[in-house]
Amino acid sequence: MTDKIEQLAQEKRARVRASLAKRRGKEGRFRFYGIGSIFLAFTFLVLLLGSIVSQGYTAFYTTEIRLTVDLSEENLGIEGKPLNDETLKYLGYRSVLADAIFDAMPEVTSRGDKRELFRFLSNGAEYDLRDRVAANPDLVGQEVEIWALAGDNVNQFNKGNIDGSLPESYRQFKDKHIGWFNQLKEDDRVRTVFNSRFFTNGDSRDAELAGIWGATVGSFYTLLVTLALSFPIGVAAAIYLEEFAPRNRITEIIEININNLAAVPSIVFGLLGLAVFLNFADLPRSAPVVGGLVLTLMTLPTIIISSRASIKAVPPSVRDAALGVGASKMQMVIHHVLPLAMPGMLTGTIIGMAQALGETAPLLMIGMVAFIVDIPSGPLDAATALPVQIYLWAENPEKGFVENTSGAIMVLLAFLALMNACAVILRKRLERRW
Amino acid sequence: MTTPMLMTVIAVIAISGFFIARARSIKLADTAGGLSKLHSRPNYYGSYVAILAAIPALVLLLLWQAVEPNLIHSLVMAQLSDSYVTQFGNADLLYSQIGNVARGITQTDDAVLLAAADHYQMLNQLGTTLRFTAMTSLALAGLAFGWRSLRLRLRARNRVENVMQAFLLLCSTLAILTTLGIVLSVLFEALRFFQMIPVTEFIFGTEWSPQIALRADQQAASGSFGAIPLFTGTLMISFIAMCIAAPVGLMSAIYLAEYASPRIRGIVKPILEILAGIPTVVYGFFAALVAAPFIRDVAQAIGFSSASSESALAAGAVMGIMIIPFVSSLSDDVITAVPQSLRDGSYGLGATPSETVRKVVLPAALPGIVGGLLLAVSRAIGETMIVVMAAGLSANLTANPLDSVTTVTVQIVTLLVGDQEFDSPKTLAAFALGLTLFVVTLALNVIALNIVKKYREQYD
Repeated sequence: MTDKIEQLAQEKRARVRASLAKRRGKEGRFRFYGIGSIFLAFTFLVLLLGSIVSQGYTAFYTTEIRLTVDLSEENLGIEGKPLNDETLKYLGYRSVLADAIFDAMPEVTSRGDKRELFRFLSNGAEYDLRDRVAANPDLVGQEVEIWALAGDNVNQFNKGNIDGSLPESYRQFKDKHIGWFNQLKEDDRVRTVFNSRFFTNGDSRDAELAGIWGATVGSFYTLLVTLALSFPIGVAAAIYLEEFAPRNRITEIIEININNLAAVPSIVFGLLGLAVFLNFADLPRSAPVVGGLVLTLMTLPTIIISSRASIKAVPPSVRDAALGVGASKMQMVIHHVLPLAMPGMLTGTIIGMAQALGETAPLLMIGMVAFIVDIPSGPLDAATALPVQIYLWAENPEKGFVENTSGAIMVLLAFLALMNACAVILRKRLERRW
Repeated sequence: MTTPMLMTVIAVIAISGFFIARARSIKLADTAGGLSKLHSRPNYYGSYVAILAAIPALVLLLLWQAVEPNLIHSLVMAQLSDSYVTQFGNADLLYSQIGNVARGITQTDDAVLLAAADHYQMLNQLGTTLRFTAMTSLALAGLAFGWRSLRLRLRARNRVENVMQAFLLLCSTLAILTTLGIVLSVLFEALRFFQMIPVTEFIFGTEWSPQIALRADQQAASGSFGAIPLFTGTLMISFIAMCIAAPVGLMSAIYLAEYASPRIRGIVKPILEILAGIPTVVYGFFAALVAAPFIRDVAQAIGFSSASSESALAAGAVMGIMIIPFVSSLSDDVITAVPQSLRDGSYGLGATPSETVRKVVLPAALPGIVGGLLLAVSRAIGETMIVVMAAGLSANLTANPLDSVTTVTVQIVTLLVGDQEFDSPKTLAAFALGLTLFVVTLALNVIALNIVKKYREQYD
């Protein structure tokens, strides 16, 4: 009898031991899937950021060519005109530059080659020279050494973005151009410098002149309008819902509504803005005001939800004490609950603003995709925003714009990181436990 | 007098009203024997008068802004003879021309136009003067009324608080107004679209080419608005996205919730959240520039020579990456909400951690996870920038993920970016698509939120 039991027990032990290995294997595999997916997500992140940084860091550098320009009166075509600001604007800077680069490369003689050689210089070089002379009219009549901004192809080749080993027909920068470039380089006439234009210029059709300042200012005005509207309205709505609202159908509908709005696709908000603010209220197209209004409606749910959470976290004892010393309900909220809940509200608002900064689709709907060179001077001027600028440049297949796109993305991500860091620091500093 | 200046004037009146009334209330209290004789603190008397001065004037200003342009429009146009308007062609164009002449932007010799411009300018000036007078007198009247009604027993605080509370209520109804605004603005334009194109054709048609021919005898003269290819394209991309996001997101959530030490969790979670904070236009750029060419090259290398550089697979895969943190944080919430006692019971019976997760935790968390996945699906359906940049524009009815497909959001963007006329089915179609998108995502959200909410209540 006992033998039989013993035998059964042994069989069972053997079965368990056999299955144990299998179960341990399963356990290991399961754990591996978990680590694997996290690893996968990290890989995607690294790939994403890596490809953008590797494509875009060169956007922060640009190429310049050293030239000796002869700013004599006859070259500039002054001939008896008075030297005032007005005439200084319209002188023959272009031909001066052309002469200078032909002097630097005397081997280039044929007309067609000369024209191509002149394209080594950017369209912006002429205006740089003009501004320089206008700022300092004493230069007229002198021979000056300048660093002129290089054209896009030269710039891209210098940065190694054009592969010289490709067959010649595959690239715009031909073998003879490479020869000229190498000649210039040997003469020590080429340098790579920090591209300050990228941060100070507006959009341009020329990749080497295009900058993000216009879009940054546009984003700034848009966010300013968004912040000015969504923070007070969001906080007020949260206070009402959390402190004053009676529990009835209407407040229930409001609550469901807020939750739903948080999940409505952003492009639908763009349609709303197009129909209401542009077609009905006749506000200006492409203006940061309208963008701000649309983004306000989008970020309101985020701000309301986070503000309510932080109001809820204020302990009832604080409220009771305020009411106990004779404050009215409104006084209790304004003087006690609101200051205590403010850090949480601010973090929620910063996070909402960060989302709004990256939002693109609704802005496309209200016409902020226009090609705008000027820097907007107010929220009513036509403007683009940073993500829209990224979208516009991304549509452009030119190598220079690919680099600009990645550069702009890096700037945008830096802003986002800054805002999120602010939110985290604010939370860490001001968070209190009750 | 421009609107900002008018508002400044009103603000100045209101602020001075505040200080006058505050000083007066203190004086009243002094004569009566101390501040305690007042019903409210002096600041409330000040605010009371300031509110009386500012709010009626601002409301009037708002109404005025809405009415005045239309009034001037009809007055100016009434002056012109019908024959002149027909001779000019378009009445709206004529009116904007008058405005331009009046502002000195356009020069003209046309006597009628000049007269109309003069009239326009006169009316505008009259309107501005009237508005200024009406606004300031209303503000001053409010101030005077408040001044006269100041008494010791005036319940100023209660009145001010009532106004504040009304303001709070107003702010919270903005959410309803937004929803209403979305529904109405999209619905009206969509209805106009459905008057031109039958609903059945829109929902069941398999041909999408919204180009309208200029002449009736051209090929494809009417343009076709069958949205089936868009729906299938949207669904295919969302499906691909979920195929990536669901397993990766869920497994990372399980690992973080069940296996990872608090320290690792504290490092990994914020890094995952970085993925969520990256703007979608960046993902779009990544999809178009890196993912799509890579997928095309791989597909061509293994023999799909027709693989397009704008593929559903690239857009879907990158969208999946974007949604991973969304899925993982929602699943993480529900998994950590499963009570520890269930796990302990399972361990007590000798189950391994993975068996516990699969047999106990996941079934318990399932409704919440399903709800989270539904939310993720609705996000994938509504996502715009990735598909605009990487999915393509041609409406193919295909099941091949290497083909270029188009989606609802892509079509909305392409139909509405650029010059528009709001009487052609081409632009109105965008609103019909927007309505569909809104209804579908709203339905998904409602279902998902309900599932999540219902589940959460079980263990709380």
